[in-house]
Amino acid sequence: MDVIEVIRISRDSLMGNRVRSFLTMLGVIIGVASVIMLISIGEGARSYIGRELGNLGTNILIVVPGKTSAKGGFHPPAATTVRKLVYDDALIIKKRSRHIQDAVPLILGDSKIKYLSQSRDNSVAGVTETYFEIRNLSVESGRFISASDVDSRRKVCVLGRTVKNDLFGDKNALGALAAIGDGKYRVIGVMEKKGVTLGIDFDDIVFIPTTAAQELFDTDSLFNITIKVRSASEIDAAKEDIRQILMKRHAGREDFTIMSQDEMVAVMGKILNIMTAVLAGIAAISLVVGGIGIMNIMLVSVRERTREIGIRKALGAKNRDILLQFLIESVTLSLIGGTGGILLAGLLSFVIPYFVEFLPTHLALWSIVVAFLFSAAVGIFFGVYPARKASLYDPIKALRYE
Amino acid sequence: MIVLKDIKKSYGLPKVTVDVLRGIDMEVAERDFVAVTGPSGSGKSTLLHIIGCLDRPTSGQYLLLGVDVSRKTDNELAEIRNRKIGFVFQSFNLLPKLIAWKNVELPLLYGGVEPNTRKKKALEMLEKLGLSHRTEHYPSELSGGEQQRVAIARALINDPAIILADEPTGNLDSRAGKEIIEIFKRLNEEGATIVVVTHEKDIAEEAGKIITIRDGVCQSGCY
Repeated sequence: MDVIEVIRISRDSLMGNRVRSFLTMLGVIIGVASVIMLISIGEGARSYIGRELGNLGTNILIVVPGKTSAKGGFHPPAATTVRKLVYDDALIIKKRSRHIQDAVPLILGDSKIKYLSQSRDNSVAGVTETYFEIRNLSVESGRFISASDVDSRRKVCVLGRTVKNDLFGDKNALGALAAIGDGKYRVIGVMEKKGVTLGIDFDDIVFIPTTAAQELFDTDSLFNITIKVRSASEIDAAKEDIRQILMKRHAGREDFTIMSQDEMVAVMGKILNIMTAVLAGIAAISLVVGGIGIMNIMLVSVRERTREIGIRKALGAKNRDILLQFLIESVTLSLIGGTGGILLAGLLSFVIPYFVEFLPTHLALWSIVVAFLFSAAVGIFFGVYPARKASLYDPIKALRYE
Repeated sequence: MIVLKDIKKSYGLPKVTVDVLRGIDMEVAERDFVAVTGPSGSGKSTLLHIIGCLDRPTSGQYLLLGVDVSRKTDNELAEIRNRKIGFVFQSFNLLPKLIAWKNVELPLLYGGVEPNTRKKKALEMLEKLGLSHRTEHYPSELSGGEQQRVAIARALINDPAIILADEPTGNLDSRAGKEIIEIFKRLNEEGATIVVVTHEKDIAEEAGKIITIRDGVCQSGCY
């Protein structure tokens, strides 16, 4: 029989009970919308993290003192002392491995920085000339720390945006002498605004040469060595090189950890995937509940239309025709509900970022397709039982039904 | 055209078995106009349902156009109802949410006829029954007589071998009832085979042949 005609019959029946049809669809709408929304929030968070780390440069390895597991979780502290990483470690890594483009010995500490009457406590990072390039940082005015600054332990500093604004306001900071700790540092550059990336506020940091930082903090122990590998394909080789080089220098002990930024992304991605899956699974339950709502209403509808079924059968409708009629009705309910859910999810994922800043959303096409197919499946699954019941009605009993 | 041989029908209720038809033998020839009468509960409606392939006999043989239909499957019976039989019911049994011509085209829909032909035929049939001004009306907007004429149009649309009517005038006033009987007579004169279940005398008198059923057996007129 004519499928278009069957669809028309379903449409008329659904339109004839508008409120009921809408309420029935609402279950599916909410189910589909929440599945898509949760997936899109998960995807959004993932692409946010990926983007942020991309902002901090690519193909980066970070060596920190002490052995921790890259898979998360720390080894119990060893009884032996951990050898610190020192300036020369970085130099030698760079010199010995052909996979490594740059290695920056980084010292991090806190210090008071003062200019005239303004002062603030600040993070101070001791870096070398290549750090800025590795981390995709740029200056707004002035220049970065140069190789000769590092070599000659020159007391110069580059200020983050916020630091500059706090200490100097609108005044020109270049050339001024700022007091950091006990020393006077000449301001040679002001950073461009970078913003907060993964919790680190790059605008709130003062950069000085690593060699100057050794003096400032009176230490030769590094916070980490930030390493730029030549290309993504060389990361594993670079890691192995670093391991060999450092173990040789550390009397054969692997008392350091090499972390790759991409690994960190991968681990976070994995966690996000699991979370997304769990949340979407919970949301899918509501979709199933919506399906039960459809089944419920279809059973009522079949009962109400017993006489119609009898008439149609008397006029020659086969069981299959009746089955199809009610099945298409339930599938139509669930598909319209699914479409409504997709539209609602689209609207929400568009609106939410305006109101909740930390919740980036990314509407994934695959999640829309999956949710839509799932809602169709719900319509068929929960529609079969009522439709089959209708199709098996005895025509005479159905005709007599009042 | 219709041959019933020792048709029996019983309904098994939980504790007792009710024998509704207890061995009916009858024949209806082509172009017959047969009235089936009898007191209520005599089994005449059940007989009509069996003739109309809405129900199967418990035992016995039913030949419709020379084909034994007593053991056909549900789907085969549906097809026979669709192509060979036109029903007219006491309570019209139109679908309330469909306008007149949409009701009339239903058998064609289940017969797999394409939409344009369906509409054309349905409108022609309504015109034949004097309802061309009512084609777009819902059943609730029509009088009882008009509704029954729509139902007759629906019964005729597939050009059935036989028209079965179950108390077709039972819900109508006498004037409308007469109109309907006139229609049946005219159809019969044009060559239609008609079986009407009724307990109204004047209809029975119009028919060429009267069959009386009592307590599930044939009392008179079966041959």
